[in-house]
Amino acid sequence: MAVLAVLEHEGGVLGDVAAQVLSFAAAYAAAAGVPLHALVTGPGGDAAAEQAGAFGVTALHVAEHEGLGAYAPQAVGRSVAEQIGRLAPLAAIGAGTERGNEVFAHVGAITELPVAANCIEVTPGDVAQVTRIRWGGSLLEEARLHGAVKLLTLAPHTFESRPAATAALPAVERFTPTLSDADLGVRVVERVRPQSGDGVSLAAAQVVVGGGRGTDSAEGFAPLEELAALLGGAVGCSRAVTMAGWRPHTDQIGQTGTKIAPEIYIACGVSGATQHMAGCKGAKRILAVNKDAEASIMSKADYAVIGDLHAVLPAISAELRKAGVT
Amino acid sequence: MNVLVCVKRVPVTGGSIVLRDDAQALETRHLGFAISPHEECGVEEAVRLIEQHGGRSTVLTLGPPEAEEQLRDAMALGIERGLLLEVSEEWDAQASAAAIVAAIQAERAAATEYDLILFGNESADTGNYQVGIRVAHALGRPCVTGVKKIEVAGGRARCEQETADGRDVYDVALPAVLTVKEGLNLPRYPSVPGRLRAKKKPVERSTPDARPAALERVRLKLPPGEGRQTEILGRGPEAAPAVVALLRQIGVV
Repeated sequence: MAVLAVLEHEGGVLGDVAAQVLSFAAAYAAAAGVPLHALVTGPGGDAAAEQAGAFGVTALHVAEHEGLGAYAPQAVGRSVAEQIGRLAPLAAIGAGTERGNEVFAHVGAITELPVAANCIEVTPGDVAQVTRIRWGGSLLEEARLHGAVKLLTLAPHTFESRPAATAALPAVERFTPTLSDADLGVRVVERVRPQSGDGVSLAAAQVVVGGGRGTDSAEGFAPLEELAALLGGAVGCSRAVTMAGWRPHTDQIGQTGTKIAPEIYIACGVSGATQHMAGCKGAKRILAVNKDAEASIMSKADYAVIGDLHAVLPAISAELRKAGVT
Repeated sequence: MNVLVCVKRVPVTGGSIVLRDDAQALETRHLGFAISPHEECGVEEAVRLIEQHGGRSTVLTLGPPEAEEQLRDAMALGIERGLLLEVSEEWDAQASAAAIVAAIQAERAAATEYDLILFGNESADTGNYQVGIRVAHALGRPCVTGVKKIEVAGGRARCEQETADGRDVYDVALPAVLTVKEGLNLPRYPSVPGRLRAKKKPVERSTPDARPAALERVRLKLPPGEGRQTEILGRGPEAAPAVVALLRQIGVV
């Protein structure tokens, strides 16, 4: 018996989300009185041993196969399923990232077990009680998770990263999973990286100026562009704007767009639909500019200016210039 | 080529989510419904693929009888026929996948083999991230997820998936399952003739075999309030100095 943490790594380095998975899995294992194992796939995985040991991992399983050099989701899922078959853990726990959820869906399909994706709370048991997110975090679901092995992914940035009191180097156990041509048939064959230098990315911007239907048109974004440029920020938009064809989808903030995490999000003419708000949960502060004092965004923002964005934004830009900002 | 696009009927939630008294579902009496956003792009892509390569397109949904509306919405954009797998309540991912697999196998028995089966990467409401992948496994087909660009040529599909720092490219042999994301395309608006034609297109209804949920919903609940107290900085352009003072205070100016 054990608990198995399934970890993503970049060249043997575990990121924040893997540390959160390890912390949660360690607590799960401790509560059940079983050891914590971890699994990594692909080249360089054994380099993660020291980091994994800091969270109390006693055995690190490293899946090695010539086909695992490039990301191949079904092959990773097969490797995890094979290790689950050998180890029969109480639970296998991964990250609720795009890749984590993808791999666990493959594991669930191969093992014919249910998967609870994006959990924020789990009570272990023969039937586990889970709380998971729906609607991009706007709603929670309490559910009972059946299955001999509980397959769980954790909503990122929900659990704290908490290293164990005592760290020890885990045993590194390499294995070569049995992978078919079909398992390796879907893999990354090329990675396209955009030319750098085309401004601040929406996801990483410290200031985001976003526009909704209240901008009235593609041209209506001019005052937002001006303010964002003065603040060294990025311009975003709501889904309504994208669907109207005023801005490209890459500018969309929301559940089905980009998730932002700026110091301040200036939301202009945005109604505050749950679809949009699911993308700005990471914003430290929200300033709403809206002529409708009753708009939903007004009760979800920290600060508000009641007024037409076409008049308010140029005034803010002018005030910034007056203060010497260029 | 034959393309199947699987869609889900979801409520259009607006500014806040209200639960039914029994906490089993959203209160939808005052809400409209739509195709879940990722799948809306799946429908548009299916129509474009058929326009480009010729062939037949079918839309499938698992949902209540009213989900016929979403099938008609898809058919108004150009999809030819609809399959409605009628269920009276929300099914978990495994049961949904099993029902869809059975429907696809029934299509195969009736001599319709799909070259491409499109799903949304995850549904807007339940967000289980797994129905498409489970269906692909059951059918023994490759699956690429999170697809934002598709090029079909020579019996293969070249797919692009967005990552944090660019795009990853996959190249798979058809037949294949692809789960797509919003941004794949900009869906067209339905035309009036399109809407009229959609009313006459065939919808085949069936009732899938139920199975007990292995991820069993107990109740839904709203997340704890963000507790934001909104401070009004002012009205109109006169608020500008207060906004600049705030920007200074938080260190972005």
